[in-house]
Amino acid sequence: MEGPLGIPLEHVLYLAITLFLIGVVGILIRRNVIFILLSLELMMNASALAFVAAGAYWQEADGQVMFMFILALAAAEVAVALGLVVQLARRFRTLDIDAASEMTG
Amino acid sequence: MGYWLFWIAGGIAILSAFAAITRMNASHALIYLVITLLSIAVIFFLLGAPFAAALEIVIYAGAIVVLFLFVVMMLNLGRRAVERERQWLLPGIWVIPAIMAGALFIVLGIALSGSEHEAVIEGTMVGPKEVGRSLLGPYILGVELAAVLLLAALVGAFHLGRRYIEERREK
Repeated sequence: MEGPLGIPLEHVLYLAITLFLIGVVGILIRRNVIFILLSLELMMNASALAFVAAGAYWQEADGQVMFMFILALAAAEVAVALGLVVQLARRFRTLDIDAASEMTG
Repeated sequence: MGYWLFWIAGGIAILSAFAAITRMNASHALIYLVITLLSIAVIFFLLGAPFAAALEIVIYAGAIVVLFLFVVMMLNLGRRAVERERQWLLPGIWVIPAIMAGALFIVLGIALSGSEHEAVIEGTMVGPKEVGRSLLGPYILGVELAAVLLLAALVGAFHLGRRYIEERREK
């Protein structure tokens, strides 16, 4: 480990993987839409962390640029998804994602 | 020093992320998510990306989570929601997802540890100036596409919320 900071890139990626997998488990075990969206945010953050870490390793700005794109994506996704949550709560009187199975998929 | 700070912040991020997905009360889970986001912002700062750290706090913790909180408040989830959540989250439901996630972690860990070259992040700061120059230089097409995406999201969110607003007004 040399350099002024000395964080191995692998360790940051391990952290990103762990956060991502916590998000995956959250999506799989919850039935409440709000918690599923929350886990999605967690997964997006984990991938953003991987991008920023890679950008920091090569000392380029591209990682942070990708982070900003993820940020815009997350903002757009949350705006639409929360509109859907409000509609779900209004029509089915529940936040259970299994209630919205009218297409019987 | 920086290495230990990284793992302290990372540990806090992992613990609070775990707490966020296991809470029964949605607002408590959102507060834990804020803690996760703040510790990720600390890690960004350590990695030499202060602009990303600031954006993480301002937009993620400041805007997106607050949007979540608005919806949770608007839906007026009370003690009954916590009870129902407890019924939905059956004991033992986490076993198979946890096994799958563990297997994925092992596979990715093997893939990561395979490289012989030791990559070390030195933490040289890449400031907002370089980011802006890169964003409006080679990535200008992406910025335009993000603008289109945000416009589409705006129209979509307005369309989804409009009927709700109109019904409220009729009452």
